[in-house]
Amino acid sequence: MSLATDTSLSDDRVEAAGRPLAAQGAPRDYYELLKPRVMQLVIFTALTGMLTAGPHINPIIGFASLLAIAVGAGASGCLNMWYDAKIDALMTRTAKRPIPSGAVTSGEALAFGLTLSVGSVLFLGLITNWAAAAFLAFTIFFYVVIYTMWLKHATPQNIVIGGAAGAFPPMIGYMAVTGGFNLATVLQFLIIFIWTPPHFWALAIVKADDYARAGVPMLPVVSGGVETRKQILIYSVLLAIVGGLPTFFGFASWVYLVVATVAGAAMIWFSYDLFQKREGDAARKAAYRLFGFSILYLFGLFAVLLIEELVPLMPWSLHL
Amino acid sequence: MSDHQHPAIPVLTDEEKRRRDARSRALGLLLGGLAILFFIVTIAKLGGNVFNRPI
Repeated sequence: MSLATDTSLSDDRVEAAGRPLAAQGAPRDYYELLKPRVMQLVIFTALTGMLTAGPHINPIIGFASLLAIAVGAGASGCLNMWYDAKIDALMTRTAKRPIPSGAVTSGEALAFGLTLSVGSVLFLGLITNWAAAAFLAFTIFFYVVIYTMWLKHATPQNIVIGGAAGAFPPMIGYMAVTGGFNLATVLQFLIIFIWTPPHFWALAIVKADDYARAGVPMLPVVSGGVETRKQILIYSVLLAIVGGLPTFFGFASWVYLVVATVAGAAMIWFSYDLFQKREGDAARKAAYRLFGFSILYLFGLFAVLLIEELVPLMPWSLHL
Repeated sequence: MSDHQHPAIPVLTDEEKRRRDARSRALGLLLGGLAILFFIVTIAKLGGNVFNRPI
């Protein structure tokens, strides 16, 4: 896209400079467009799903598949930032992202995101199977079109339904190896799916003013802090139950069940703490504590699942 | 900007030149990495058949 036709936010930058500008972005800005912290989670959960298929995975193909899934996830994050750049500019949490900060233009981000989307899907299809590639393409479509372009601006249930996009990676990982689905990765999907609302709403409670200013109908904006806290508590209880299911279905050991139970209880406790603290600094700290712990929770559960897949013959890996 | 330069061509500041060089290096590394990755994945996909040819 040329400077003359690029109608992005960065046009302001061009006008301010009073001269034609070259591309501004450093490699780090393009890396930031991929939402690297979300990518870490995707890599971790997709690897767990992949290893659920068994130990007979070619490590090179496995690594390349994981890379394709991670890049696909990054591409969807990039397209999310492209579409929401004007909203991001209004919110303190996102104002420093590469597009609103002027480091990368909308056109550059769109081209980058589309290229990576097509490239990652084709690469995954060529090295594994086209079912997995189609699933990755659907996940990118779901996140960018269904969540970013539609649900995010339409309903306070946006991240509940949209959370599915972030929960698909274990199933894509498994499908890349086998070409099909299995119950173990469906349960992993469920854990991430149920985990997303309390994780995201904890942050949304703190950033409610930001979302209100940007016109995003997040639950704390539409229904208020009390209702959001109640929903967080309900989802945390559900999460504590769903978190233990892999053991009861024979996909994980009693060690996993202990970890899931303790971590699930902690999620409920942090949610209850937030439920009780409604105002001021104490409420903000409680929300951040829950947000921070929820990340630890998911990494913890998937770490145990991952280790159990890697060392299935250890005595402590005996299933119930 | 001198009179001989086309007005639509951006004149790069030192910082912009540094970033352009960094982008070029990153793109070069990325393309090189992809070429190596495609080669290794191809060999991995061929497996033992890579040696199955007349000598």
